Amino acid sequence: MTGSAAGSTLIELSGIAKTWPNGIGALTGIDLDIRRGEFLTLVGPSGCGKSTLLKLIAGLTRPTQGRVIARGGPPRIGFVFQAPTLMPWARVSANVRLPLDLARMPRAHADARVADALARVGLVAFAGSLPRELSGGMQMRVSIARALVTEPDLLLMDEPFGALDEFTRQRMDGELLALWSAQRLTVVFVTHSIQEAVFLSTRVAAMAARPGRIVDAWEIDEPCPRTDAFRLSPAFAAHAQRLSLRVAEAGGSELDRAIAR
Amino acid sequence: MTMQPDRRERWLRIIAPACVGVVVLALWQALVVVYRVPVYLVPSPLVVARTLVSDRVLLFHALASTLGVALAALAVAIVAGVGAALLFAQSRWIETSLFPYAILLQVTPIVSIAPLIIIWVHDLWVALVLCAVVVAIFPVISNTTLGLRSADPGLADLFRIAGASRWQTLWRLRVPGALPYFFGGLRIASGLALIGAVVAEFVAGTGGASAGLAYQILLAGMQLDIPRMFAALALIAAAGVALFAVTSVLAHAALARWHESELPREP
Repeated sequence: MTGSAAGSTLIELSGIAKTWPNGIGALTGIDLDIRRGEFLTLVGPSGCGKSTLLKLIAGLTRPTQGRVIARGGPPRIGFVFQAPTLMPWARVSANVRLPLDLARMPRAHADARVADALARVGLVAFAGSLPRELSGGMQMRVSIARALVTEPDLLLMDEPFGALDEFTRQRMDGELLALWSAQRLTVVFVTHSIQEAVFLSTRVAAMAARPGRIVDAWEIDEPCPRTDAFRLSPAFAAHAQRLSLRVAEAGGSELDRAIAR
Repeated sequence: MTMQPDRRERWLRIIAPACVGVVVLALWQALVVVYRVPVYLVPSPLVVARTLVSDRVLLFHALASTLGVALAALAVAIVAGVGAALLFAQSRWIETSLFPYAILLQVTPIVSIAPLIIIWVHDLWVALVLCAVVVAIFPVISNTTLGLRSADPGLADLFRIAGASRWQTLWRLRVPGALPYFFGGLRIASGLALIGAVVAEFVAGTGGASAGLAYQILLAGMQLDIPRMFAALALIAAAGVALFAVTSVLAHAALARWHESELPREP
């Protein structure tokens, strides 16, 4: 896997459809390449199947039709959920070490990796804390450290900052972008926030519901690293407007379309 | 002088119920004395206390016997109950096939099957323990099974992504998550084990070396020795409270660090 060029395809989704056992279609006609080094964001209203798509990529659920093809073997995956999803009985260090413990990595080696991952999210001083002693934002950072500790080829994030307040969320967005560029991560990020999607991504995919599908996808070809000035730029506004129009046109009612205009 | 709020609360939790107890006992004593209630109907607390002292050899020997049965039954209920729950957690099929029989065990009145158990099992002590196990085991099975099933689905997904084995998922995720449920079950089971032991002794109705508190109550009833009956009752109640306290301490020791049920409340 190492040495693969940035921009080459990591995972290819072709002709994916997913139908629930009760006959309701969750996803249909999904064709999407996930490219090495990109920050791809899936945006759409609730019920458009963006979380299901993430689970398909992670191999947690199987498509009814179509194939998920991993180019160059199965990638190592880090997953960050909307909730921190930590083990409440285990200290921060043990929570972060979990994927390494499950892979039976020797303790000394694992501890070095844990210290490194905690340093990356700025939580070294809290290695011995219990999750309940941390704030929501700090718990989320523990969750990100746990996803990074395996040095994943692909980081999947399902509305990770959705439960945080706006200020914390913006700070976390900035920290995530810094990690992404420093570690050359490949990220697939799910959100229903158009602002967050445009700020973070190198590429966005607008999704619509009933059935879940991708209605448009394009590159956000703006320089990185991104600053708060980017949030105020005309380019940001243009991308945000296009994104909200696409999402509204495809899925929403007349009212949604009127509001989007 | 002001005390720390948590220390004050701790004292309150001891003093408030103690005050209620003292008031009730004093009222009882006063009513018995004022209305000259005969001792063979309701003995006064002082008479009961005097009986506890004078008959101490007999009564505490009986208490040790009953408590021995209850503790042995509780130990068996924990081992067998957790074992059954671990088995049920292996597959839906196993749980669906066997759980109704666990319920059957629970809903069958012990007084109706105790005579059978006592006939079948030659060793009386073993028979008594078995009866108490039948009464005590259900909350352990049912709570632990629920706990093993209640693992955080997000964490379960994480274990799957990491390629965790069945054993790793059980030991690192399901078992720690089931502990609060298990201790909830244990708290109920500790009282039920004592009830089971007493009921079984009643049904067996045997004296001799293994005579428990229930037998002393039966005997005292026949001899119209009502103060001794009350003394034996008081000992059963005290044993039940002690068992409850011990299980609470165990739960606190295991969960205090992380589980909501054992965390101090904000003032």
